Amino acid sequence: MLILILLGFAAPIVAPFIYKRTKGYFGWIAASFPLFMFIYFLLQYNQIASGSLIREEIEWFPALGINLTFLLDGLSLTFVLIITLIGTAVFLYAGSYMKDYEQTGRFYLYIGVFMTSMIGLVLSDNMITLFVFWELTSISSYLLIGFNHHKESSRKAALQALLITGGGGLALMAGFILLAQISGSFEISALYDIHDKITASKLYPAIVILILLGAFTKSAQFPFHFWLPNAMEAPTPVSAYLHSATMVKAGIYLIARLNHAIGGTVLWQDTILVIGAITMLISALLAFKQNDLKKLLAYSTLSVLGTLTMLLGIGSNLAVKAFFIFLVAHSLYKGTLFLVAGTLDHETGTRNVSMLGGLNKYLPVTMLAALLASFSMMGIVPLVGFIGKETVYSSIMQVENFRFLLLAVAVISNALIVMVTIMVGIKPFFGNLIPTPKPPREAPLKMLIGPVVLSVFGLLSGIFPNVFIQKLLDQSTISILAEELGIKVKLWHGFNFVLLLSFVTLLSGIGIYYYRKQLVWMTEKLSFPKHLKPSFWYDKTLRGTLSFAKLQTKILQNGYLRYYIIFIIITTLGLAGYTLFQISRIHLLEVNADLTIYELIIGIIIITSTFLVITSVSRLKAVVAIGVVGFCMGIIFILYSAPDLALTTFAIETLTVILFVLVLYRLPKYLQFSKRSSKIRDAILAASVGIFMTMTVLLVTAGEMQSELKKYFADNSLPEGKGRNIVNVILVDFRAIDTLGEITVLAVAAVGVYALLKLRLKEDDK
Amino acid sequence: MLSIILSTASRYLLPLMLIFSFFLLLRGHNEPGGGFVGGLVAAAAYALYLIANGLEEAKKLLKVEPIKLIAVGLFIAFASGLMSILSGRDFMTGIWVKNEFPVIGKVGTPLLFDLGVYFLVLGIVLKIIFSLADEDYE
Repeated sequence: MLILILLGFAAPIVAPFIYKRTKGYFGWIAASFPLFMFIYFLLQYNQIASGSLIREEIEWFPALGINLTFLLDGLSLTFVLIITLIGTAVFLYAGSYMKDYEQTGRFYLYIGVFMTSMIGLVLSDNMITLFVFWELTSISSYLLIGFNHHKESSRKAALQALLITGGGGLALMAGFILLAQISGSFEISALYDIHDKITASKLYPAIVILILLGAFTKSAQFPFHFWLPNAMEAPTPVSAYLHSATMVKAGIYLIARLNHAIGGTVLWQDTILVIGAITMLISALLAFKQNDLKKLLAYSTLSVLGTLTMLLGIGSNLAVKAFFIFLVAHSLYKGTLFLVAGTLDHETGTRNVSMLGGLNKYLPVTMLAALLASFSMMGIVPLVGFIGKETVYSSIMQVENFRFLLLAVAVISNALIVMVTIMVGIKPFFGNLIPTPKPPREAPLKMLIGPVVLSVFGLLSGIFPNVFIQKLLDQSTISILAEELGIKVKLWHGFNFVLLLSFVTLLSGIGIYYYRKQLVWMTEKLSFPKHLKPSFWYDKTLRGTLSFAKLQTKILQNGYLRYYIIFIIITTLGLAGYTLFQISRIHLLEVNADLTIYELIIGIIIITSTFLVITSVSRLKAVVAIGVVGFCMGIIFILYSAPDLALTTFAIETLTVILFVLVLYRLPKYLQFSKRSSKIRDAILAASVGIFMTMTVLLVTAGEMQSELKKYFADNSLPEGKGRNIVNVILVDFRAIDTLGEITVLAVAAVGVYALLKLRLKEDDK
Repeated sequence: MLSIILSTASRYLLPLMLIFSFFLLLRGHNEPGGGFVGGLVAAAAYALYLIANGLEEAKKLLKVEPIKLIAVGLFIAFASGLMSILSGRDFMTGIWVKNEFPVIGKVGTPLLFDLGVYFLVLGIVLKIIFSLADEDYE
């Protein structure tokens, strides 16, 4: 599996190059990549269905317990199959849809990386590996939402999605680390055996909150739901893939995956249940007013995500079964409908529902797929969506507390979703033909295959649940609940209360659709206080952060070099000086006053030149005097037998003076001298630094140096490093990796200096 | 402000200083010296030439862009560390050629690393000096 994932990252990288050469039929080439993955995982189906697991472990950072562990079980197989199947449809579809975009090659790069990360995410059995893939999906989602980067709204939506899912990701990582503290390992499968130890731990509430924060942000649960509708700025294939079928299900996947490791408590179940139910209802209500095809679908997706979360919160056997069927059904029909919405947009030039109608003659095949998917979404026999909705209702029927409240919430939400479905999947094709911005015509083959295949899958898995769903369901529930349910999936359960509920839902949905105009008119008057909107708080926090950043930049990085230096000096003095003060009270400093005549002379020269520096009225004189100080330092190094250091100092001092001269040459003469007050300030600072450095040196030399390193380097320099110059051997051999880091920093600094100077030049040109 | 004496002298000093810088680089492993100092001395040589003959002349003499020297230096230093990986040892383990070369002495990846440092330092100093001088002569 590791090889497959590495391949999955390598293939997208070459995509832009291949795209340039093949263009027209690149969609087929691209689609073969997820198709290959799909077939590969489908071949594992029998083994997984028979109850065995496939596990692969490759050591990555074994010392930290971070390994590339991949686990293929029922749950992950289900997700992988969904990801690769819909991936195939979307990749093919995009081949046509993205034709007129610029940088389509790059689009395939991003979406390919996303797909592989998503596969990696659901296969990971190691929390850190999972987290890495988790973040990779956030980043590729950012790039894809912001794909139309010339539009400000795209960039804003992309940033919003990244900040929210990224912030949740941080919480998730913290949760994982706490979890690993208890279990002593990052492996998820190691958690299953210590469920009781985890739930009894003091850290447990923190773990639950952190992990759920990660899951809720990713799966756009209330109150983080607002990023998902905004993410509809992305090209439609992206919305179909990331923001309905796959990425937004990552959070739900995580909850399902960890359910039997850390779930089963009141805190876990109730939080999930309540948040899920709120999301389900609120987003269905928010969908009500929308007119844009993609927004409608986005809000209905949110509602479904809420339902799925709620089902996990209920956590009964039946609920988990409902979760699974609904998950599969939703991926199939929502993927289709998004692609249909994209087709309508592409072929007619509008996404506004009120401007679409009577297209059945023009897009017959698209209509077929749309109808199949819509029937599934509305929960009509014999599509898989029907089974999904039935089991959702029957699992709510089993809840003990607030059963009827939940039932009401579910019926209202589903009725609204029925309305959404009619608007998206049915209305555009029937009624009178409304003239559209572009003359409507049937979509090209590449844009038909995907929706048709997905919707037919929805039909087949509804009619033959035994073939398509049963075995995966059995194995997945083992992963979620650690037990086999033995519940059979059937299409038809006979005439009962649940069927009645389905019927009521359908009718009220149709009713809402017909009276929608009146209802919208009525709700117009209800204004929603903005303080209750989570997006208001998001904007406020974002703006607050930015203005805080601006403020502290203004204070700390005001562009005056002297203030930077003052801040650095004060910080150093404050932190290191305090420590020094603490220590020096204990040690009595003894100053060794054995001065040789050379040292005395050099000392006098240094002091004299320093005096020259501060009194000089010419910059050149000051620079030269500083140079003298530097050279004297070099001589001191020679006196203390450090020729390497001396050599370097001489070279550096020479070059520094040259640099100074080059800069000074351009500067105007002193226009004004420092004020008295700033002179005093500088004098105090300079004196403090001088005293501080002297004290430090005295302190360091006063103590006995207890270092084995010195001896080690002296002993091993020649035999190991083949050199007699210990300093150099340390630099280029023993500590070469440090040097490598330092020279890299130097190189970056040089580029920075160059950029700064060039920037100035440009400004001068203006 | 060109001085004929300085200009003439720099023409003779430059090769001498470059040879000296290379000498520093090579002897660094056993005696005081090394890639860093070597690079600085070489940079000083060009700086002298620049002061004496102007930026254009100095650039013409150097032939390559200093930024390329930085890149090459960084690459050599990094690649010298990779060689040990190719022979199955840890990153940056020193590999030495068995026999000593005449004049140069022992040759191995640490020397190559030092050579990278040499070019990098030369490139950085020259990049900065050239950029500053560019403003001067505009």
